[in-house]
Amino acid sequence: MATVDTSLVHDAHTHEHDHHEPQSFWRTYVFSEDHKTIAKQYLITGILWAVIGIGMSIIFRLQLGFPKMSMAWLKPILGEWINESNQLDPNFYLALVTMHGTIMVFFVLTAGLSGTFSNFLIPLQVGARDMASGFLNMLSYWFFFVAGVIMFSSLLIETGPAGGGWVVYPPLSALPQANPGSGLGMTLWLVSMALFIVSQLLGGINYITTVINLRTRGMTFSKLPLTIWAFFLTAVLGLISFPVLLSAALLLIFDRSFGTSFYLSEIYINGEALPNVGGSPILFQHLFWFLGHPEVYIVMLPALGITSEIIATNSRKPIFGYRAMIASMLGIAFLAFIVWAHHMFVTGMNPFLGSIFMFLTLIIAVPSAVKAFNYITTLWRGNIRFTPAMLFSIGLVSFFISGGVTGLILGNSALDIQLHDTYFVVAHFHLVMGASSAFGLLAGVYHWFPKMFGRMMNEKLGYIHFWLSFAGIYCVFFPMHYTGIAGFPRRYYAFTSYEWTKTIFTDLNAFISIAAIVSFGAQFLFLFNFFYSLFRGRKATQNPWKSNTLEWTTPIEPGHGNWPGEIPAVYRWPYDYSKPGAADDFIPQTVPYSQTPESNLPHENELIAFEKEIEEAENLNDQFRQPH
Amino acid sequence: MNEELESVNFIEQEPEETLSMNPRKFILWLFIVSIIMLFAAMTSAYLVRRAEGNWLEYDIPPIFGYSTAVLIVSSLTIHWAYWAAKKDRFNTLKTAITITFVAGMAFLYMQFQGWVQLVDQKVFFVGNPAGSFMYVFTGLHAFHLISGLIVLLFALKASFQLRVHAKSLDQIEIAATYWHFLDILWIYLFLFLIYFH
Repeated sequence: MATVDTSLVHDAHTHEHDHHEPQSFWRTYVFSEDHKTIAKQYLITGILWAVIGIGMSIIFRLQLGFPKMSMAWLKPILGEWINESNQLDPNFYLALVTMHGTIMVFFVLTAGLSGTFSNFLIPLQVGARDMASGFLNMLSYWFFFVAGVIMFSSLLIETGPAGGGWVVYPPLSALPQANPGSGLGMTLWLVSMALFIVSQLLGGINYITTVINLRTRGMTFSKLPLTIWAFFLTAVLGLISFPVLLSAALLLIFDRSFGTSFYLSEIYINGEALPNVGGSPILFQHLFWFLGHPEVYIVMLPALGITSEIIATNSRKPIFGYRAMIASMLGIAFLAFIVWAHHMFVTGMNPFLGSIFMFLTLIIAVPSAVKAFNYITTLWRGNIRFTPAMLFSIGLVSFFISGGVTGLILGNSALDIQLHDTYFVVAHFHLVMGASSAFGLLAGVYHWFPKMFGRMMNEKLGYIHFWLSFAGIYCVFFPMHYTGIAGFPRRYYAFTSYEWTKTIFTDLNAFISIAAIVSFGAQFLFLFNFFYSLFRGRKATQNPWKSNTLEWTTPIEPGHGNWPGEIPAVYRWPYDYSKPGAADDFIPQTVPYSQTPESNLPHENELIAFEKEIEEAENLNDQFRQPH
Repeated sequence: MNEELESVNFIEQEPEETLSMNPRKFILWLFIVSIIMLFAAMTSAYLVRRAEGNWLEYDIPPIFGYSTAVLIVSSLTIHWAYWAAKKDRFNTLKTAITITFVAGMAFLYMQFQGWVQLVDQKVFFVGNPAGSFMYVFTGLHAFHLISGLIVLLFALKASFQLRVHAKSLDQIEIAATYWHFLDILWIYLFLFLIYFH
């Protein structure tokens, strides 16, 4: 770092850190404190978990689509979980459903998405050398890693992993007698989740601090890319809601392991009364959903942020309603905390209270619709480039709308009585949150792959991957609305209790399962593309998407500290695409207004006077200049 | 000591940062937010559960009142330590921070005695949630207080090595802020338990 100003003595008792020290293999690639390496670690771990998590859904989809099919061929993997008649063990089915939910929501779409892109993009897009605390950031990943190891080990134990659904409602989850998975599997689940929460808190604290404290010269909040706004609000949501889940889990641990009665009231099992008195299982649901609902937005907001960036860049148009986008994200983040009881309409809640929560829930449609409209109006008459990232972003908008519309139906407390815990709910949240954020994740990987690895991904494979996934996901989840309206409950191993469920929708279920297998298969195209391009992909250029944001001003493969010299200053917002009068159809954030008189608007000409200040200001947030 | 002060005086004026808070202090505040949410969840769970009836009424052992007094004193002494550091009064600083640390340990011991008295009163961890919550609140607070003691230990070490002084206040500020927070958190929990027991 030639430009590090060592003459600047901040403090006699702190010393300038030497940033040139070559680090060992372990410190560079494994226990790294560099945000880019940690982001890649999160990405790779997230991909592994996604394969496991989606793979599980394929196994239980086989059971649902083809209930009589012989699963003997799965014996090498599942062993005893395939019983003597070559059928899937019903308890293991429940465990699969539980683990699919847990893995996808927490490990893939929370850690894999936020962990990858918040870590990777926040310092690069706000103009920082690294995260506020590299050490806490490293700790965050390794807590996640250990949480993952523990969760994975629960798959291998004899009684199987947790089987009470990803929401782990007591008393099912609190009593080991309830289900094989409620024994050791549930204990491991709770330990793993406690570590995961710590990991997310460490990560989130870092993201918030970095966005607030380490922005470069000129990077005001009103010039932040929408990705950063989204990651920032996501981290705030996590910071406020994850401790509540920790409380809930802690009390559940006490109930399970020490015999307290927070969630357990008078219960008889096999005619025998348990000693527990005076607990309240509904209490757990309140605590769980106080996290659980913001969690939906923790999963969704980063994907929406990534989409904002990709759609604007590839439409070659400024994002429509930049401030409206921020306001709607703020609105969503605020409302996220006061709607949790819409998951509990059928718990015997006071109907008046239910109608309040219904009202608050339906209000979320407003900011969500603002976002959807803004995406469409950004696309409108844009000079659209259909890169794979762009296709996945447009796919996200499609899922967000079609899944969001059913949210209006479910948010209605009267309709929810019929639809609660049916496949309609499954269809709703898989579209609006599952598939949407997965598409956001994939779009992000396609878009920032060149920055991460210095190479491009194959576009043709990307197109095939997109169309198979897009069509496949609609084929999986659209029919589920019908089975849900017909009353098919979710999480059931087989529909044999009633005559009518035995005969109808068997073809539809088979169709859904085939579509699921096709969509899952398409993801292997992505995996091949990812790992092939990692080593053999076309070399990336400096700014392959002709994008405005700061990360494309770094070297093609940024080193430690991201920028070799001074961190560039920022003079304009990140969405100056196709500005009338400008020579190029993009003007990066680092170009001052004084250099673009041909395209400036009157109020921008007035800003030229202040540019000298920004340019000459010392970057006091530059971590290389600060004593550690 | 004189050498120490001399080198301090030669330091040029530190430039002001764009945001007046340094990242480490900011991280502390965010950490405090997460602890607040943890206890907010716990106390609201308490209220929700209590409203459902079947609630054990018992007297809170008086030792919790005394321990509160000790913790408030420790909060005053850490502020005294901070004031001493600002004025470069190293001996006072060392005394004050040591008293704080000892008071913190005393508080923990008294909390434990409180548990012993609860057991004597036949209020157990396992049983009516009214009692269980009492143990969870005090236990979780004690857990955080131990983390506060660890932070304090680092500040203690630094001040004995004369690394805490008027130009290097971050460490003592962080320790003091966290300690004051733990104090206020306990006062909140204590008043809450008295009012809603």
